[in-house]
Amino acid sequence: MTDTQWKVFEVFHQQARGEPHVHVGSIHAPDAEMALILAKEQYSRRQACVNLWVVPAEAILATAYENDDIFERATDKSYRESWGYKTPKTITTSDEATKRRSDEG
Amino acid sequence: MVVAVEKNLGGLSSAEYERRLEKFEARINRGEKIEPADWMPDDYRQQLIRLIHVHANSEICGALPEGRWIPHAPTFKRKLALLAKVQDEVGHGQLLYRAAETLGPSREQMIEDLISGKSKFSNVFHYPAETWADVAIIAWLIDAAAIINQTMMAEGSYGPYARALKRICYEEAFHMKHGYEMCVVLANGTKVQRDMLQDALNRWWTPIMMFHGPSDKESKHTAQLVRWKVKLKTNDEQRQQFLKQFVPKMLDLGMKIPDKSLRYDKASDTWLYDDPDWNEFKKVVNNGGPVSQERVEARRLAHRDGQWVREALAAAAERKPVPMPPTN
Ligand SMILES: [Fe+2]
Ligand SMILES: [Fe+2]
Repeated sequence: MTDTQWKVFEVFHQQARGEPHVHVGSIHAPDAEMALILAKEQYSRRQACVNLWVVPAEAILATAYENDDIFERATDKSYRESWGYKTPKTITTSDEATKRRSDEG
Repeated sequence: MVVAVEKNLGGLSSAEYERRLEKFEARINRGEKIEPADWMPDDYRQQLIRLIHVHANSEICGALPEGRWIPHAPTFKRKLALLAKVQDEVGHGQLLYRAAETLGPSREQMIEDLISGKSKFSNVFHYPAETWADVAIIAWLIDAAAIINQTMMAEGSYGPYARALKRICYEEAFHMKHGYEMCVVLANGTKVQRDMLQDALNRWWTPIMMFHGPSDKESKHTAQLVRWKVKLKTNDEQRQQFLKQFVPKMLDLGMKIPDKSLRYDKASDTWLYDDPDWNEFKKVVNNGGPVSQERVEARRLAHRDGQWVREALAAAAERKPVPMPPTN
């Protein structure tokens, strides 16, 4: 008898052009082409869909949850964020700076 | 993924087991989900496999009584709706087998266990759908009871199951609404239609009362399952929620509840009832119900008849000649 357990493909669903593809689940299929057909039946019966991806589950390399400390922020990473920088709403320059600029000009 | 079935401590020292258990329970208490690669107590894994497997089987077997009515749907719109519902239910079964697979057992094995009668499915699908009104009662009240169970389970602690259930609950909403509409039409129809609806309720009442499982007095698993957020409500709590939500609606439609013990207690705002015969429930879910054998046999034949399709797909994937369907 043929083995019909088959490979697992992860399914990514895009609701509208411009939106990201979102992981919605997985499916068994003998090959990628069939996985697309089955994914369409299983995952796009209701919600709008403009595009589907299927990816062999075995192709995905994931971090391990037990090592999730690698994502912890030990140091101050505010320099990576826009909110890490403060600028005043109105710029007032000092008399000295104004004078220097006109001297140079 | 680690699939090894751990017994008790799973080869860990008891100190290590306690340490992991504490972390596991703390995660659940924080409202975080458990994912397949996480450490989990063997009991948690086994209970989930059992629950999800039975749930998946029930979706598949639930499609059988309704599927048989598709050719006899009274209007084209009803036929479309019923077709869509049956397709959804089979899809739910597939989603759930996938969720169970993340805990160890393979889909093929689980389907095999259903066909061989080794694994169970919901008590309600061991009864026949005798008339069109049964289809209406199933879609309204059994889907309603299932939604109560599934929306609760969707908040549970196991990630893959919770995610599958979110998707499933979204689709169930149409099943129930369509079922309700069918009941409203029958309840407002001719005497023949009204009698048919009442007759269906008379036959389905007890199975529906049993749907959420044995009473809390009898159910041995519930406490631990609640602590680990596999279940968030006990069987009796789910049943009570169902009665509160749906008995008034049934009465509104002029249906008579065929249970003389059922009464509303104002002081406690609960419905009181005499427990159904839980021995009958046990007999039924162990494939001793009126159509248990027929259901399992239908599933076995469907699996056998679909074999050539699966073989053709496998051959096509390997670019081999595709076998023809059998002729008989
Ligand atoms: Fe379903
Ligand atoms: Fe349903």
